[in-house]
Amino acid sequence: MATTESQLDDQQPDAEGGSADEEFEARVGWRYTLKKVKRDATARIGLYIVAFVIFIAAFAAIDSNLSRLTFGALSDYTAAQALPFFDHPTRIPPPGEGNPNQPPMFLDGGTLSQPLGTDPQGRDYFTRIVYGSQVSVSVGLAATAIGLIGGTIIGSIAGYYGGWVDDVLMRSVETVYAIPPLVLIIVFTVFVSGGSPDIQYAVIGVGIAFIPVFARIIRSRVLSVREMDYIEAARAAGVKDRNIIRRHVIPNSFAPVMVYATLQIGVTILIVAGLSFLGYGAQPPTPDWGEMLRIAHGRYMHSNIWLSIWPGLAILVTIMGFNLFGDGLQDALDPRIKN
Amino acid sequence: MSSEPLLRVENLKTQFFTESGTVRAVDGISFEVNEGEIVGLVGESGAGKSVASMSLMRLVEEPGEIVGGEVTYKGETIFGLEEGPDGELRERDDMLSESEMRERIRGREIAVIFQDPMESLNPVFTVGGQLREFIEINRDLPKDEAKVEAVRMLREVGIPDPEDRYEEYPHQFSGGMRQRVLIAMALACEPNLIIADEPTTALDVTVEGQILDLVDDLQDRYDTSFIWVTHDMGVVAEICDRVNVMYLGEIVEQAPVDELFYETKHPYTDALLDSMPRPDRTVDELDPIEGVMPEAISPPSGCRFHPRCPDAREVCTRVHPDTLEVDRADGHPHRAACVKHDVFDVGYDESAPLEAGDEAETDVGGAATDPEEDPETPVEEEQASTDGGERPEGSRSSSDHRSDVGEASEASRKPENEPGGGESRQ
Repeated sequence: MATTESQLDDQQPDAEGGSADEEFEARVGWRYTLKKVKRDATARIGLYIVAFVIFIAAFAAIDSNLSRLTFGALSDYTAAQALPFFDHPTRIPPPGEGNPNQPPMFLDGGTLSQPLGTDPQGRDYFTRIVYGSQVSVSVGLAATAIGLIGGTIIGSIAGYYGGWVDDVLMRSVETVYAIPPLVLIIVFTVFVSGGSPDIQYAVIGVGIAFIPVFARIIRSRVLSVREMDYIEAARAAGVKDRNIIRRHVIPNSFAPVMVYATLQIGVTILIVAGLSFLGYGAQPPTPDWGEMLRIAHGRYMHSNIWLSIWPGLAILVTIMGFNLFGDGLQDALDPRIKN
Repeated sequence: MSSEPLLRVENLKTQFFTESGTVRAVDGISFEVNEGEIVGLVGESGAGKSVASMSLMRLVEEPGEIVGGEVTYKGETIFGLEEGPDGELRERDDMLSESEMRERIRGREIAVIFQDPMESLNPVFTVGGQLREFIEINRDLPKDEAKVEAVRMLREVGIPDPEDRYEEYPHQFSGGMRQRVLIAMALACEPNLIIADEPTTALDVTVEGQILDLVDDLQDRYDTSFIWVTHDMGVVAEICDRVNVMYLGEIVEQAPVDELFYETKHPYTDALLDSMPRPDRTVDELDPIEGVMPEAISPPSGCRFHPRCPDAREVCTRVHPDTLEVDRADGHPHRAACVKHDVFDVGYDESAPLEAGDEAETDVGGAATDPEEDPETPVEEEQASTDGGERPEGSRSSSDHRSDVGEASEASRKPENEPGGGESRQ
């Protein structure tokens, strides 16, 4: 670390002299930000957890050969079966080789081939937990993306134009904001799905519920960015408003939203898991962690507590990973914090 | 004055409607710009120079608004009002629409070089990318040709290794280099008129000298007209052909540059010149202008300069002088707004001289009770305290409103009462 810093310092006079050099350029790029994130121990842990979860989710889906090598019991799956997570039948895990409610491998009656035991239907629990990561990661990313994109469009337009445009957009967004998010999402899910809730409706609902927060964050940034001289310069050069917003306003307002989005992924995963737990999200047999908890906590809480512990742990670790990473990113992007 | 001027501004008025009152940032200015000419717009900070120049592009922002006057560019009406059937003023039919302004005028015909090179480039965009964007939209060139043109312009304004620098970000450029880029941006769209809004203020004098040489050089080559907004008489002497001196939203003197320096007709211009060192004159001590410029929200009665004017007489507190032709030089009129010139004939010579300070205050108060007073005269209590050199509280809100953003340069675009760049500092 020390060497990196001294290298950076050494490079500075060069950079000011005008010669293009990568070290200096890296100080603003995302690669440099990542480097700063890695310097922070907790953020590093977060980064590794996030990378690990995404890796598992991606590879369990993409490469059936690799999954056979790596994940043992997953060998029964093919890539084609695993990929489209919104499509129910492909996500039905095959019946396990073991008995229903088999305990994990370190307890009496556990086997190595089913390390986390099996569920009441006899399906391999490890497989379901791993496939649950697919659901959680895609749900977290998709719902956050809906909130991020919707919020960015609304917030930047409201902030840039101001006046009645601002009033109309922000007041309607705040109306959404005023409704308790869980109520909003549940009602939305039930209505849109026509009474048979499923995870894709939950994702859209959560995304919409997050639009207000993103819109408010980006609007507050846009309010200051729009006063910058380069915005005025662009207007004086005859650039269309649309392009000013797209090319000049949003890129300069984006950093705080980006950080918030990273933190929000964890929250999103938690909320969707909660919805599934309540029965408004993923439906059986989808291997969603929240849905697994719902099955586990009722009848099986006393007979087999491990059914609750594994998905709970998975949720905990994943969310912690995203939150630690988000915090680290926030610190890395904040120029006031020097490390 | 052989033919129609490139740009004609007549009686232009721009006002800001703030909570503490109407700020008359630009209050009836008229001037012309001919082809191939550099016209100076000079004055202290807050005189309304920047607002005036943005008004020409119709880029005045809320709560500001152009409320009167006419701006004609090449025979096209950029701004013009007429009286509607209901007696209300409305925009004239031949006035260019907002989209016409954007597509035909801004950038293509009239370009702007901004004051602060550090703030006028988008930090997340490469320098070349921004330059190319401007060329693409204003010259209808495809991307690759626009890039070639952008690199050529960078070379033209003296950026070394333009191909490499094209890919770099603004923070990798020095202030002088960025100013060159801004000039390249303005010139690249091949406009006929460039409004340069204090483009050298943020630079040190050596770089300023280089930039002025560069502009001079490029102006010869491209034959572009300039409106050069500045508070620096030195810069004016160096590059301007004709000069407009602004004080508190009005043009108080208008003359070819040599005329202005050697045959000064307005006491304010005189005072400005006395307050700065001149290579052609030796003085023991510089003579700063007393006091600060009053708020444009409540301008003094009569001549707006009278509270600070060494030549002020009683008549000056009553009579508001228009900018009239007092002389002619090289076929150009020399206009001044000062009643001491004969053309005004309001009895200046008979009027009792004013001493600065308390006497001026009482006189202002007295003038307020005069029924024949200018109907535009504002609240007098505020007036008196302004004369006394104190700022009425809350009257800065027009500038505060912007400066909370943290942009000093933005704040200075609004009328502000700071003594400008050294002319009036004690």
